[in-house]
Amino acid sequence: MDFKDTPEQAAFRAEVRQWLTANARPKQSGAGRPSQAERYDDAKRWYKKVADAGFACLDWPKEYGGAGLSQIHKVIWSQEVANYAEPDGYFVIGIGNCGPAIMHFASEQQKQHLLPRMASAEDVWCQMFSEPSAGSDVAGLRTSAVKQGDKWVVNGQKIWTSGAQHSDYGVILCRTDTEVSKYRGMTMFYIDMRQPGVDVKPIKQMDGDAHFNEVFFNDAEIPDSQRLGEIGGGWGAALLVLMNERLAISGVQPDGFPELLQLVKTLQIDGEPVSDNPSVREHLADWYCQHAGIKASTNRMLTAVAKGGMPGAEAALGKLVGAVMNQDIANYALQLLGESGPVMNPDFAPQQAHFQKTALFSPGIRLAGGTDEVMRNIIAEQVLGMPQEPRADKGMAFKDIPSGNQSA
Amino acid sequence: MNFDFSDDQKTIQDQARLVLSRECPPDRARQALEHARAYDETLWKQVAELGWPAIAIDEEFGGLGMGYLELCVIAQELGRAVAPLPFTASVYLATEAVKLCASDTQKAEWLPQLASGDAIACVALPETRSINHGAINTVTASDAILNGTAQAVLHGHAADFAIVAARDDAGRMAFYKADLNNSAIQRQVQPTIDPSQAMATLQFTDAPSEPLGNGEGFSHCYQQLLDRAAVLLSFEQIGGCEAVIDMAKTYTEGRYAFGRQVASFQAIKHKLADMFVAKELAKSNAYYGAWAMTDGERELPLAAATARVSAINAYYLCSKENIQAHGGMGFTWEFDCHLYYRRAQLLSSVIGSAPVWKNRLTEQLLTA
Ligand SMILES: Cc1cc2nc3c(=O)[nH]c(=O)nc-3n(C[C@H](O)[C@H](O)[C@H](O)COP(=O)(O)OP(=O)(O)OC[C@H]3O[C@@H](n4cnc5c(N)ncnc54)[C@H](O)[C@@H]3O)c2cc1C
Repeated sequence: MDFKDTPEQAAFRAEVRQWLTANARPKQSGAGRPSQAERYDDAKRWYKKVADAGFACLDWPKEYGGAGLSQIHKVIWSQEVANYAEPDGYFVIGIGNCGPAIMHFASEQQKQHLLPRMASAEDVWCQMFSEPSAGSDVAGLRTSAVKQGDKWVVNGQKIWTSGAQHSDYGVILCRTDTEVSKYRGMTMFYIDMRQPGVDVKPIKQMDGDAHFNEVFFNDAEIPDSQRLGEIGGGWGAALLVLMNERLAISGVQPDGFPELLQLVKTLQIDGEPVSDNPSVREHLADWYCQHAGIKASTNRMLTAVAKGGMPGAEAALGKLVGAVMNQDIANYALQLLGESGPVMNPDFAPQQAHFQKTALFSPGIRLAGGTDEVMRNIIAEQVLGMPQEPRADKGMAFKDIPSGNQSA
Repeated sequence: MNFDFSDDQKTIQDQARLVLSRECPPDRARQALEHARAYDETLWKQVAELGWPAIAIDEEFGGLGMGYLELCVIAQELGRAVAPLPFTASVYLATEAVKLCASDTQKAEWLPQLASGDAIACVALPETRSINHGAINTVTASDAILNGTAQAVLHGHAADFAIVAARDDAGRMAFYKADLNNSAIQRQVQPTIDPSQAMATLQFTDAPSEPLGNGEGFSHCYQQLLDRAAVLLSFEQIGGCEAVIDMAKTYTEGRYAFGRQVASFQAIKHKLADMFVAKELAKSNAYYGAWAMTDGERELPLAAATARVSAINAYYLCSKENIQAHGGMGFTWEFDCHLYYRRAQLLSSVIGSAPVWKNRLTEQLLTA
């Protein structure tokens, strides 16, 4: 057991620090989080800059736009960049989810063409799994792809697609066979989002932003060369993507603790430092245990990955705990701030902005990438090996499965 | 970064688990409950022969000269087995107190006995905070002559000698070593919530003793002792959590209701998922504490407090929900559930309970 950097890692850290000092913007205290949309252009610039300096996708091979380094280097990068106000995790869905799918299933030529542009965010990617009638039960999806010669014709609708309005490409899971059971009749592709037959409509979220979208497909064509994996092998491919998603998120998902600690260190109530309040101290201790536990669990997982293991379903743990905590901390902080908590005026109340944004955004994080309940199912079934839910659609051909309310 | 135990350490752990599953099924703890023995002497001899008390003692003092990581994996297995042994008192507390505070001459005299298991020692700690019904430790030392009472001394009845925190005439605290086979010391077993970890009252009437080291630097010594014990205990607690998660899973898989396995009900699955999550966070924090104890002295106070608070929370959750998952069977004396529940309660109060450790944790966070 060893937390110290090896000499090589220490040298890498020093190099990263030096570059960040010269190139990254410092955090401004009290500054709220700008909306996802506001940060888009900013994020594009940042990713390009990082890629030009050779720090993008550190664990990808060099020929695909990476640096040919390890997960550990990525961790070092995340640790260091977290000290700055840069949108470093902005394109995590494309790079963290779609990247591995392309890496695993695309042809050599496609990889050399697509991946470096993905790494530098010159191309932006989205992931199109969820549909109006297929969220937690994503294998219930209905968007169809029908083979015509050496191309596929796609019809149907995706929903909740993060960043689709900015995306150049998307990884899409389609129904290609309704005669077999639902898990066996899907196929994965990548698709050009700018082509005819693809319509993107942003959906306004509860926080007022509009980062996720509906995507409609009307006879959109995909060449067979853009198929990812076997025909009918879409579910296996999707599992690979979802597993990588949890690993990607575990490194960058905020849990709210550093902001809470900062608030507690500075806030006074009735002239007394809030840090002297026993109830506040108790909350701080409990949340720190979770915060430290997630971090240490991620490190254990990365150690396993570095030894050649796969990111296991254990990664569900960090997502589950971090998302709930982020929401609860935001609520708690606003409670501490009393009557001024809800006032969204940065001049009057500069400390609120972060927690107000988080209060309104965090409910989405508990849903995206698998809900809390689905995470618990995964832990119980895949980690602990408990019996699966009885399924009403077991053994049925997809076309015979009853469907309920399909409008979201 | 390498955040895992080494293959050698895992081998030690596997062997420990094997030995304990053979020699110390949970029924051993129940026997301790039923027969009010101070501890399981046969088992103590066995683990002493295996060298477990000697693990973290230097070779020059008769130990095996291994590190804390090896001791952590043993602790985890002892916790899994709810072993009725004086390990916490003699190994995590007394041995460490001697290592931290005693002079080289004292170490040369005492550590070999502790390493071989020939001697069992206990520690009368100062109380972490005083409760309104009276002090836990009122022992005073005047020229190393001890007077007063120490309550709730873990394994005080089984011990051959005690390391006693006492205040001298000038009001300074120090650790003193007192031989317990002395008529100036009266011992009485105190019934506790977990009789497999017995406690005792030690009453000192002009009892002779010897200060550890030169009697200076108590505070630093004591804080470090608490931090080390916190990490080691957290591994025992994690071992206990893992045992009850396994029990809950096995029992609910074998039990049927409404025509299905009870383990297939989502309320039960989500309960187990929550137990697993709490255990896993606590385990990762314990790993960090283990690393800090070995290699990161500066990080140890925060890491130890984090490990302790998480382990207390996790073991309470896991042990109580395990009873719940067993239904009526879980409430019986015959089933093992209560052994773990009792142990969780006991371990969460020795060396200071959750409120004390949350305060230590917060103090570290706010002053960092
Ligand atoms: C901010 C945000 C971004 C997103 N981005 C993307 C994206 O980029 N690409 C993409 O493909 N999708 C995306 N999603 C969709 C997300 O994956 C789904 O919303 C999620 O999987 C839940 O599906 P659903 O919305 O259909 O809810 P439902 O599945 O209808 O769930 C409704 C409720 O039922 C519960 N439930 C469902 N099944 C079970 C079960 N078996 N056991 C217990 N409880 C159950 C759920 O936990 C939930 O509480 C995003 C969602 C959000 C909120």
